[in-house]
Amino acid sequence: MSKPMEQGAGAGFEPRIVAFFCNWCTYTAADLAGVSRLKYAPNVRVIRVMCSGRVDPQFVMEAFAKGADGVLLGGCHPGDCHYAEGNYKTLRRMRMLERMLKDMGIADGRFRLEWISGAEGDKVKSVVNDMVAKVRALGPLDLPGKFAEWDKEIEELEHQISAQPAKEAVHAR
Amino acid sequence: MADNNGNKPQPIGLPRIGFYVCHCGSNIAGTIDVAEVAQFVAGLPGVVVSRDYKYMCSDPGQEMIAQDIKEHKLDRLVVAACSPNLHEETFRKAAAKGGLNSFLFQMVNIREHASWVHEDKKAATAKAKGLARAAVYRVRFHKPLEKQQVPVDPNVLVVGGGIAGIHAALTLANAGKKVTLVEREATIGGHMALFDKTFPTLDCAACILTPKMSAVKSHPNITLWTYSEVAKVDGYVGNYKVTVKRKPRYVKEDLCVGCMECIDACVFKEPKFTDQFNQGLGKRKPVYIDFPQATPKVVLIDPQSCIQLKTGKCKKSCAEACDRDAIDFTQKEETRELQVGAIVLATGFQAFDAKKEPRYGYGRYPGVYTALEIERLVNASGPTSGEVVLRDGRHPKSVGIIHCVGSRDAKTNKWCSRVCCMYSLKLAHLIQEHSGAEVYNFYIDMRAPGKAYEEFYDKLLSEGVHFIRGRVSEVTDWAMTPEEEGKLVLRVEDTLAGFVRRIPVDMVVLATGLEPKADAQEVRRRFNIGCGNEGFFQERHPKLAPVNTFTDGIFIAGACQAPRDIPDTVAQAGAAAAEALVLIDAGHVELEPNTSHVVEEECCGCKSCVPLCPYGAITFDEAKKKASINEVLCKGCGVCAAACPSGSIRQNLFEDEEIFSEIEGVLAK
Repeated sequence: MSKPMEQGAGAGFEPRIVAFFCNWCTYTAADLAGVSRLKYAPNVRVIRVMCSGRVDPQFVMEAFAKGADGVLLGGCHPGDCHYAEGNYKTLRRMRMLERMLKDMGIADGRFRLEWISGAEGDKVKSVVNDMVAKVRALGPLDLPGKFAEWDKEIEELEHQISAQPAKEAVHAR
Repeated sequence: MADNNGNKPQPIGLPRIGFYVCHCGSNIAGTIDVAEVAQFVAGLPGVVVSRDYKYMCSDPGQEMIAQDIKEHKLDRLVVAACSPNLHEETFRKAAAKGGLNSFLFQMVNIREHASWVHEDKKAATAKAKGLARAAVYRVRFHKPLEKQQVPVDPNVLVVGGGIAGIHAALTLANAGKKVTLVEREATIGGHMALFDKTFPTLDCAACILTPKMSAVKSHPNITLWTYSEVAKVDGYVGNYKVTVKRKPRYVKEDLCVGCMECIDACVFKEPKFTDQFNQGLGKRKPVYIDFPQATPKVVLIDPQSCIQLKTGKCKKSCAEACDRDAIDFTQKEETRELQVGAIVLATGFQAFDAKKEPRYGYGRYPGVYTALEIERLVNASGPTSGEVVLRDGRHPKSVGIIHCVGSRDAKTNKWCSRVCCMYSLKLAHLIQEHSGAEVYNFYIDMRAPGKAYEEFYDKLLSEGVHFIRGRVSEVTDWAMTPEEEGKLVLRVEDTLAGFVRRIPVDMVVLATGLEPKADAQEVRRRFNIGCGNEGFFQERHPKLAPVNTFTDGIFIAGACQAPRDIPDTVAQAGAAAAEALVLIDAGHVELEPNTSHVVEEECCGCKSCVPLCPYGAITFDEAKKKASINEVLCKGCGVCAAACPSGSIRQNLFEDEEIFSEIEGVLAK
């Protein structure tokens, strides 16, 4: 894996962002943004969970693996969790995940954790717009494409390896 | 209506999914090509029926779903329409009507999350397709579930004893429910008890309020706890456990009859301590009662000023004077616990602190008053017995009332406080009536949107009160002419006349706005409800659920939700009481079955989940070395499911497979 993971934005690139919003604050805020007819970038697909604490770091990784260019996680403000302290658990997990993502070569800004209360429809708008702009600048992540590439590389290596013992076998004889 | 149905033969093992996309008039169809969405979904694996329809939530829309389920033997349902917060329940019922388990259904939000927030039709349609595909992928993994029923405790807690809390408590008690009314102050009555008259009818506030206060006290179904605060709330809808702290008043409430002999007997011959009830305009003794009709009519002793409580060296003449031995200097704070099914929060508002507008000189010029102070000054039972008299003893000959102090102002509070125009008119009338002074109103706009309000404004116009349209820029005592000597001068741009004026007056009244209580944030956290940006409690829906909150079983009424006048407050308190009655009289609540459970054979016994649950719903069976979840205690957050390293905790409706397939669905190309 010598090639850098991140490349710049191509022309006409539209980032695909998966969002996990907690039912009580951020999902409601997104509903409020709708009721208030605020306009924001159409690049985000929201998946509803009851609490941001339901979000297994694997969900975030799965989203990247399946082709997301960014993942947004929205929960209640600290101290405001509908389930008392679920968002603190989210925070703990996601801080760890952020370090892992960095080590994996996924740029800062592709994953974002935001506290958005049910009254902050305008924050949904500003966070989504901001994130879309930043991810657009980062360019496509395209992990599925990279996986295919790596699979091909491995396949070639395997091919080479399987060819070698045959030669050695000849020498041995 | 695009109809992509037909009895498509399905390969064995695939579900039979029905998909419906709603036009919502033009709300969705105006931005999203719904026919295209329906056509796209029809091509997805497992989809047997895919339709679009004008209003899915209408009776024919629901009927169509029920019919299709029977006719096409659908075993899964997906509806793309508005937010599940609005109509999820509607379509669950439609599914049930067709004979399908309600939870074999998934809703797609393409209105609030797509058509209303995007302008680009192509992009919005693409988004709707992606979201619909995610739901179709997800719904395959849905399992039939049943809602759990839990009984509802029929008792109710009302927090706050202002007119909202009083009215809610009385309504509930009259319906036969046992109510506990908890009030922070020593008496109920709230802000309304401070007022002399109420707009627009000018009926005396005490005359209409005190009968209700006594009714609370004497009602067999109401337990009144004043001088008390809710410290903690546990439990869930229908089953709340509430901890209340009762502050010591150093007087035994059950013995005191309110004769006030102790007040006369106090070693302080003259009242010399600031009387909070009278907004600091009057004085009281260490042993006192807020006002003659205070309810309960029980005195209390202020530990900050009582010699006995401060030093233990008083001759305790108050205790000697009490022939019922009601005075008890050893009283301590008590903690009580309550079990209730529903809670009505009516914690009210606080008036804007006029010192935050220094240009109006409150606290600097003795002639500047807040509206609440004037309420006490014009009140017959107030510190001056209704005489309008300045702090220096003079009688004002001219009075200026400044509207919108701490309202409609980007620098302080942006909102209109709704009541200030009307109470300013009322005060103008009362000041004129009590003192004969010339009264000037300085307003931005006159807002009189209530029954008989505009007529009241007309009445004031004919009474000779002056109205000057303009926001006062400052109040100053710097005289520029001999007539201004010794006066307070209001500088204002008269926006109707079109020039700047200086109006000298003897008394300035600041019509301070209404704002959330200083501890509103702490209180709402205690009750697990939300606040809007401005800090008032957040209702579940601004139009359709104005007294409900996002926490079931907790209702809000009165000015804790937004500024409002007495008629609206009473109406809302009645509504909150009715909502609580609906909950209680149903006898049980159905809990969302989104709880978690442990798949025992997969649990490795690592105990990671046990400390994560804030409700103590997870226990560890040491014999079996397995965790188990009590589904009655579980509230369905899913924190444990996310943390379980072996994946043996499953959250209903949010199982890993369901979310993974949703991720796949939104990202598929």
